[in-house]
Amino acid sequence: MTSETSESHIIGYGKLTAIWLLLLFLTALTVWVSRQDLGIGHVWGSLAIASAKAGLVIAFFMHMRYEGRLLRWLLFVALLTLAIFIGLTFFDVLYR
Amino acid sequence: MSHPAHKDYAGSKLGMWLFLFTELLLFGGLFLLYGAYLARYPHEFAAAGRDMHLFFGTLNTVVLITSSLLVAMSVTAIQQDQRRTVLWLLGGTILCAAIFMFNKYLEWSAEIGRGIYPNSPKLVAGPPGESVFYSLYYLTVGLHGLHVLVGGTLLAVVALRVKKGSIHGGDYVLLENGALYWHLVDLIWIFIFPFYYLIL
Repeated sequence: MTSETSESHIIGYGKLTAIWLLLLFLTALTVWVSRQDLGIGHVWGSLAIASAKAGLVIAFFMHMRYEGRLLRWLLFVALLTLAIFIGLTFFDVLYR
Repeated sequence: MSHPAHKDYAGSKLGMWLFLFTELLLFGGLFLLYGAYLARYPHEFAAAGRDMHLFFGTLNTVVLITSSLLVAMSVTAIQQDQRRTVLWLLGGTILCAAIFMFNKYLEWSAEIGRGIYPNSPKLVAGPPGESVFYSLYYLTVGLHGLHVLVGGTLLAVVALRVKKGSIHGGDYVLLENGALYWHLVDLIWIFIFPFYYLIL
């Protein structure tokens, strides 16, 4: 079975713990950023940090980094669909 | 692949991911509503957002990230056939889920005590943007809390099956899918946290 080889990837405890520390650091960072006086920058800063955290969770905790092409493409299509929904809605909302 | 029963490992995981994508779009729709109303009522959203309990939000973020680590470690442990470790790690994850829900209970109690709940007299009398903010907050966080309960129950069932031995180092797709579901719960909170507690 070709699938067997891609499933059996084992991520060590050390690596998982490193990702966890990184996620905690990003959480602290996003709280710190939100206390700064940035105006609209808050929205972009928070979104960027949240996306980075989500990327780490998906890539390592959810093993997406070690998955085959099919799941990666499906994830891409799902996120693209969401981005199109959000993008087109804001195109309407902001320029009404 | 084991011989007695046909197992489609890749298919099981593909099915789980497809389900997770529908969840992503479900919560994506709620975030979209949040964004659209934020554009319409920026000042009311800012005023309401400042009243949120940052302490509970941050604490619950740390609790969920930790639970995500524990469940990810449980997948590593089952791959090495360390069943006792898996049970401890899943127990830790479920404990985190319980702590999360308890914090949520304290937080919601405090808010409802201040007269902030959907259609409360205080919100009806206040500016419309604030009641939209809190309605979306209760809807999104409530739906997320439901996912925490479902995920915790699922992981408890998985833990029982690990204990019974029907999930082991050679066949652990149920544990892996349960873990994926739990990570999704964490993922959604990663976005709820800045939207409702931080941005404004």
